[in-house]
Amino acid sequence: MTDLGSWQTRSIVATMFPLLVVLSVLEMGSGFVLESLEETYLDNPTLLVLVPVMIGMGGNLGAIFSARLSTRLHLGTLSFDLRDEALWANVAAVLLLAATVFSALGVAAWAVGRTVAEPMPLAELFVISVVSGLLLAALAVVISVAATYVSYRRGLDPDDTTIPVVTNVCDILGVVVLSLVATAVL
Amino acid sequence: MDVGEEVRRVYRESIGVLSVSLLGGLFAGGVLGSEPMRAAFRQYPGLLLLLPAFLATRGNVYGAFGARLSSGLHQGLIEPELAYDERLANAVVASFLNGIGVSVLIGALSWGVLRALGRESARLVELVGITLVAGLLTSVVLVVGLLLLVFGSYESGMDPDNLVGPIVTTLGDVFGVVFLYVAVVVVGVVL
Repeated sequence: MTDLGSWQTRSIVATMFPLLVVLSVLEMGSGFVLESLEETYLDNPTLLVLVPVMIGMGGNLGAIFSARLSTRLHLGTLSFDLRDEALWANVAAVLLLAATVFSALGVAAWAVGRTVAEPMPLAELFVISVVSGLLLAALAVVISVAATYVSYRRGLDPDDTTIPVVTNVCDILGVVVLSLVATAVL
Repeated sequence: MDVGEEVRRVYRESIGVLSVSLLGGLFAGGVLGSEPMRAAFRQYPGLLLLLPAFLATRGNVYGAFGARLSSGLHQGLIEPELAYDERLANAVVASFLNGIGVSVLIGALSWGVLRALGRESARLVELVGITLVAGLLTSVVLVVGLLLLVFGSYESGMDPDNLVGPIVTTLGDVFGVVFLYVAVVVVGVVL
């Protein structure tokens, strides 16, 4: 008989399912924003093209940034000092990554949008994509630093706490940020 | 330290993965924006409400499964073979239970939220039917896809830890949205 430890079905489900329930409830907030702006999204289908990337990309950026913070915390080289150059290098890299990805998204979503519906003006879509993307990246940075600081103060391993929290919070905020920016621009 | 060099290094290490995830998301977005999908959003109030939860939980359930496969291989607890193994079978069953269970929950939550707010909603059986069918199909593709890709990459000497995240986001977005549409069609025919 093999020692199954954490490889038992019951233990995997018992650990994971309660988290999934909480997460689904929180994600309903994000869905509520989408549903409330249903007419805006359905009248401008090109905006819908942005939605999956907005849901996932914030979490991706947050995961990249907090994994780096977490590694430096483990190595003992992390300081929560505003003069820390490595911290700013990571912030700059995340913002550059966001600028690249969301510029590409603005143009590509316009091209995809043309194939599925009457297109939205490229300039509007580009501004919506880049402004939401940069705001989301800035939020990802702030949330990652805050979450890493809290786990550090409480002696928790940020690999287990920060990354899932940051990823999910950024995923939830993606649609909210997109909706706010789109409402402001349109 | 040279800040510019550090910025370039972080950028180079991440841009490839983010681009793959961008492509998957764009494809999914194209499906969401298409005329048949928009018609489905109009026909089933609540479908748009459950969309973020449905897409985001894919990442959590199958990201955890992929990470488990990867650390199991590194620790020598499982072998990179598609043969029966008790640990592997348990992990697969647990992922199905988590993935399908949470999908059904999301369908019901969406109905409950609209009801509680006194808004128009599709019938409970329709929303749960859609998330059940979509959750079931996505689970099969993601579990099989992760087994093949994680085992394949491990055997060819790559570290699956670096691949699980992008694989899950990309497959999850693409198949999540496609199967959501398939589920709408199935529910439309059956119910």
